[in-house]
Amino acid sequence: MVKNVVISGSDAIAEAVKLCKPKVCPMYPITPSTLVPEKISEFINDGVLEAEMINVESEHSAASALFGAYAIGVRAFTASASNGIALMHEILPIISASRFPAVMSVANRTISGPINIWNDHSDAMSERDQGWIQMYCESSQEAFDTIIMAYKIAEKENVSLPIMVCIDGFSLSHVYEPVQIEDQKKVDAFLPKYNPKNILDIKNPKTFGPIAFPNSFFEFHEQEQLAMKEALKEIPLAHTEFASMFGRKYGNGLIELIEMKDAEYALIANGTSVGTTRVVVEELRKEGKKVGLIKLKTFRPFPKEEIINSCKNLKAVGIIDRHVSLGSEGAITLDVKAALKDEKVRVEGFISGLGGRDIDKTRIKKAFEILEKGGKGIWLK
Amino acid sequence: MIFMVELKFNKGAIIHDAGSTKNYKTGDWRTFKPSIDKSKCIKCGKCWMNCPDGAIRKTKDGFFEINYDYCKGCLICEKMCPVKAISHEVEEK
Repeated sequence: MVKNVVISGSDAIAEAVKLCKPKVCPMYPITPSTLVPEKISEFINDGVLEAEMINVESEHSAASALFGAYAIGVRAFTASASNGIALMHEILPIISASRFPAVMSVANRTISGPINIWNDHSDAMSERDQGWIQMYCESSQEAFDTIIMAYKIAEKENVSLPIMVCIDGFSLSHVYEPVQIEDQKKVDAFLPKYNPKNILDIKNPKTFGPIAFPNSFFEFHEQEQLAMKEALKEIPLAHTEFASMFGRKYGNGLIELIEMKDAEYALIANGTSVGTTRVVVEELRKEGKKVGLIKLKTFRPFPKEEIINSCKNLKAVGIIDRHVSLGSEGAITLDVKAALKDEKVRVEGFISGLGGRDIDKTRIKKAFEILEKGGKGIWLK
Repeated sequence: MIFMVELKFNKGAIIHDAGSTKNYKTGDWRTFKPSIDKSKCIKCGKCWMNCPDGAIRKTKDGFFEINYDYCKGCLICEKMCPVKAISHEVEEK
């Protein structure tokens, strides 16, 4: 039965996970991700989700147990944030190299120090090279929908890569919004049973996670890169299927274009800052300014072609990065610059919202103003 | 370098055949190749006891032999031999 409720982004994720029916949930609480394991443990306790909740002693163990669950061939889920993701760092590339289609929710929080519990994207961005697909969400409904899509995409035979579903800590994880919770039968029809070919089985023994010498490691990494390319095709396909079944869509699943048809200046944003930028674009349009917005829903694999096609005719494009690669630039800025290297469009990076600093309309307007005046990207403090 | 009999790049680096470790011959990591001179050997077994890789075997006649499929040439056996019955040469590859 379809239910319309007002719940937090975290609860929306938990509700979606329940519908995807994972068998194992190894989780360790950390602010602001804690609401997710809390809600899921409630579901398990109440008997509405038949899964094993493992109260692990750390995020390193949570990721390791996630690996173990996939090795025995069941769907699994974990959630974390910030330093929890950092503690998982060692295991994340092992899960992706084993091509396990795990799904993890990330309530984006900065990585300390100084100690800070608030939102920016430095936790997920620091893991961008570990073979995990990364999808960012703007609303609780999108978080709900993205979890269901994530299992579908990850489990595609030609993808077989794990996915992080990222929601902004507090500004989405703790914000209550109306969410439509879908019917179990409909979700089952969209997401078939997980039925992996290779599992740990004493009757048919196989080796998982073996050593790869210099004569083979390279090839395994190349396979992961090719799978990322496949994901660029499979994400829009899964997204279209989702849209036709559930009636909601987010661009093409990779990016969404807002007022981009005749735009001269545009901003690229991800996560909740997209919502604020939507409002600013609407306001500036009323003033007659030709501005637009590109929502970067999927950051890994990076939708290079989509970025080129949507930016090549602009005068300038700016990026709202909620993370900085210290000593260089924002992670998204670097990728956009690389994608647009043969185009005439000017690219400016704006570092914003670090450690939970608000990205408000004034700051977004400032970025548009700088773009129009031909200025350089700044730190939007 | 040949570490595997046949290279297979299975998805996820999963090895589908059980017991495949026996196909790994690690002896080609070796630079120094030790050998035992039976005419000097007193069958004390110190080389056999001290080999860190279990690459020395006791034979029926009480002497010892080196399994070059796994000997990595550390030369601990040569160092431990009380009668200098073990010597080595540099292996050309």
